[in-house]
Amino acid sequence: MSEIKFIFDDITYKGHHGEPMSAALLRSGLLTITNSTYHGRPRGIIGLGVEEPNAIVQLISDTKESMRPATVIEVADGLHVSSLTGVGALPEAPDEARYDKTNHYVDTLVIGAGVAGLKAAHEHLQLGRKVLLIDDQPKPGGHLLHLGMNLPSVLLDIFTNENLTYVPRCTAIGLYDQNYIVAVERRSDHLGEAAPAERARIRVWHIRADKVVLAPGAFQRPLIFANNDRPGIMLSHAAATYVAVYKVASFRQAIVATIDNQGYRDALRLHEAGVKIEGIYDVRQIASGPSIDAAKAAGIPIRFRTAVIDTLANEKGACTKVILSDIDTNETFERSADLLAVSGGWTPIADLPTYIGIKPQWSAKHAAFLVNHTTDILQTAGMLAGEFGGDDDPAIFFGPTLNDEQSRVAYIDFQRDATLHDLKRAVGAGLQSIEHIKRYTTIGTAHDQGKTSGMLTIGALWQLNNSTEGKNHSLSPADIGTLSFRPPYIPVPFAALAGRERGPLSDPIRISPLHQWHVAAGAEFEDVGQWKRPWYFPKTGESMDQAVRRECIAARKGVAIMDASTLGKIDIQGPDAAVFLDRIYTNMFSTLPEGQCRYGLMCKADGIVFDDGVTTRLGKNHFLMTTTTGGAARVLAWLEEWLQTEWPDLKVYCTSVTEHIATIALVGPKSRELLQELVTDINISKDAFPFMHSRNTTIDGIQVRIARISFSGELAFEINVTHSYAKHIWERLWTLGRRYELTPYGTETMHVLRAEKGYIIIGQDTDGTQTPYDLNMSWIVSKKKEFIGKRSFQLPYLQASGRPQLVGLLPEDIDEIIPEGAYITLYSAQADEDGKTPHTGFVTSSYHSPEMGRAFALALIADGLNRLGEIVSIPIGKKVLSATICDAVFIDKENLRRD
Amino acid sequence: MLYIPCPYCGLRNETEFHYGAEAGVGYPDPNTLTDDEWAKYIHIRANPKGWLAERWVHFAGCSRWFNLWRNTVTHEIGPAYLPFTEQPKAPSNIGQEEQKA
Ligand SMILES: [Zn+2]
Repeated sequence: MSEIKFIFDDITYKGHHGEPMSAALLRSGLLTITNSTYHGRPRGIIGLGVEEPNAIVQLISDTKESMRPATVIEVADGLHVSSLTGVGALPEAPDEARYDKTNHYVDTLVIGAGVAGLKAAHEHLQLGRKVLLIDDQPKPGGHLLHLGMNLPSVLLDIFTNENLTYVPRCTAIGLYDQNYIVAVERRSDHLGEAAPAERARIRVWHIRADKVVLAPGAFQRPLIFANNDRPGIMLSHAAATYVAVYKVASFRQAIVATIDNQGYRDALRLHEAGVKIEGIYDVRQIASGPSIDAAKAAGIPIRFRTAVIDTLANEKGACTKVILSDIDTNETFERSADLLAVSGGWTPIADLPTYIGIKPQWSAKHAAFLVNHTTDILQTAGMLAGEFGGDDDPAIFFGPTLNDEQSRVAYIDFQRDATLHDLKRAVGAGLQSIEHIKRYTTIGTAHDQGKTSGMLTIGALWQLNNSTEGKNHSLSPADIGTLSFRPPYIPVPFAALAGRERGPLSDPIRISPLHQWHVAAGAEFEDVGQWKRPWYFPKTGESMDQAVRRECIAARKGVAIMDASTLGKIDIQGPDAAVFLDRIYTNMFSTLPEGQCRYGLMCKADGIVFDDGVTTRLGKNHFLMTTTTGGAARVLAWLEEWLQTEWPDLKVYCTSVTEHIATIALVGPKSRELLQELVTDINISKDAFPFMHSRNTTIDGIQVRIARISFSGELAFEINVTHSYAKHIWERLWTLGRRYELTPYGTETMHVLRAEKGYIIIGQDTDGTQTPYDLNMSWIVSKKKEFIGKRSFQLPYLQASGRPQLVGLLPEDIDEIIPEGAYITLYSAQADEDGKTPHTGFVTSSYHSPEMGRAFALALIADGLNRLGEIVSIPIGKKVLSATICDAVFIDKENLRRD
Repeated sequence: MLYIPCPYCGLRNETEFHYGAEAGVGYPDPNTLTDDEWAKYIHIRANPKGWLAERWVHFAGCSRWFNLWRNTVTHEIGPAYLPFTEQPKAPSNIGQEEQKA
């Protein structure tokens, strides 16, 4: 391995290319990595992988990614990191690294390339299956790597099998129904400065597999005793691996505290690497097995029924002395040690199966929760399934009995600085459920999500229950609760999840064929669903209010033009099209003559208004339905649902043509005069071309369909043209319109104009509980035919008095535009004893009307239609506004202007 | 993410589908029902714990509606079938018990 240099907290360290940063730091003698978040206590490395709770660092080079465990960072030239006291800092600049995602389907996915995973991969390859093997380590081998051992040749051979895809540095973060797995592959950080710029830093894998084998392995757990968090106290397996495999020579004198035979195996590795073992202190009564015999043969002192209860530190906070206690006599004694290696048993990594609701089962033999699960599609293997391999024989022991003072510094969750004392306090406060206790103490809620602390919490609670006499006595830790986790298994940068779908690519953008014209004209845009619609067209120096006022006046006094292309359009054809529309709309369409248009309202079966729009009969069996801009997809799905699941006998075909047809609305008293200059084939006079009629004609030889439809109450023409000709028609009108001071307008003016006429916008003036009657639209409800929703109008609760009804509001102060959504109360309303004033409705639309020279609003008010003329109050903060209820049609009630 | 067998397109991710409603609840003749019966049709569904036949639409694929057995406890997916065809039997409840706890 080549030697490299990296920077940690402004100091340059040496390391071997590719080794964990934690190994390089320990080798250089750096024990204290940081201070803890809340208690400010010195902390060092305790683990080997993602379970590490203390040594969390922030990348300074490259992406500034925060909160990476030093145990999983492979050192390389150019690496620069700083320590963190528990909380990371988000970088201020955007992460410019490349992130990618890939979808993968495979016969068998094996998660974990330890011995169990490799065996499973081998088996499935033997069956001729394609296998994807993912593993979070840089090399296959899992536990064997920690032991510095090579893979047996039969397992090595699989890597030459062409049916195997092996992805190192790839961590499964989620397991979902039907074997859907999300995994995160780190592809470039380990290369340091040598990483190719074009390579995606992280690739997110979306995997679907016929079979999944989970072989994630296990974490060793710490023990709970006073001052168990000092630098120099490590998990025994990590300590032995750093010393034996990564040649860390920083420790002289070690004590091993153990509950199982793993402690002996680790003691032997430390011993063989030259660390003096002062003693193995085992909580068990007896122990047997090859590792015990070997430890004895090596002359390592062994003492049973003994547990660590406390430690002492030097001026830097590192462990120097260990205080031990005889479990039977409580007699204590002290030993010197600069390394306290702790073997608290193994906790198999059960995160992934718990994501899909599989409960781990307690095994006293393993002193652990296992997931031994085999179905046709999912199987656990290795330590998770209880194959611990060694002769561990663990005691079910999580720490000795501690007094109050000791409990305050006996840490369970190192990242949260949560102690045994916090746990006792939670129990004392009456909390019993492990889920409540987690939230009360915050255990398991930090960056590591309880990888080492989860099992300790359950174990400590179990011990607490057993130490108090009486009713809480529980038989096993399983009675306390089981481990449960939520994805992701490790923290994942948002940038990785976003991949390339950032900024303008984060959501599709839909634009009309006239979009470039609007941009050039200086329009401000509004998002309507995914559409970009012109909001208003300010002239230089104009405010929004000024622009909208000018646009409104143009539409009411002269001529104005709007791009209505985003309206949803559904082409409906077939011999039963008319019958179908009669069932869908509340009003009749079968009687609509060809070449005419009709406004329609549709309800769901519950009688609630769902969408509206104008539908034109283009032929006997041919209709063009328009929907609200936002409702187009919803409406099409609704039509299809009825056709496919209820009325398959109807011969009707629905096709979305929203993008095919552009719609230009020419609005205002002078619109006919202007249009006449372009349309010469047909007579567009008032009598020849009546309101709500549609005519096919040509403009400059281009086929267009013009309809006398008005969403403003003014004389208006909607020109429908194939998408690709829209710009030509618009520009022709624009050029000719100069003489008429033709004014483009956007959605804001459209809203003012329609509200002045009391035309509703579904979703703004309705809240999903209004019938046509509530909207004062009984005129549109046919009595002669059946339609969806009709039966519901007879239901008592839809006929009851007191329902919110759409009305107009005129504020007392003509300049006061009431905020939309504001609650309305009775004028005489008094606060009740709780200080609350009941409301009687709310404001749905509110604008300034240039036509009326005043503010006005639409509102839903209980029984509003019976309360015209009544004065109501609208409390806004400390102010109380007054307004008069009126009819929702504010101007031209007689509909004289539209002709 | 569920893996749903569209009868026309085969297995696709759940994100391509929209859920409709409980399957097999036909639109009744509105005028033969009492208010209570009609309100029940509008608002009340079986909502069982276990296997349920549901109506789904493959909106991002073929746009076709179909019915599908799904286990509301285990999220297992059973057979899909077309409207107006014979409903296949609910899958057995094996595999449900062990995950109920
Ligand atoms: Zn399909």
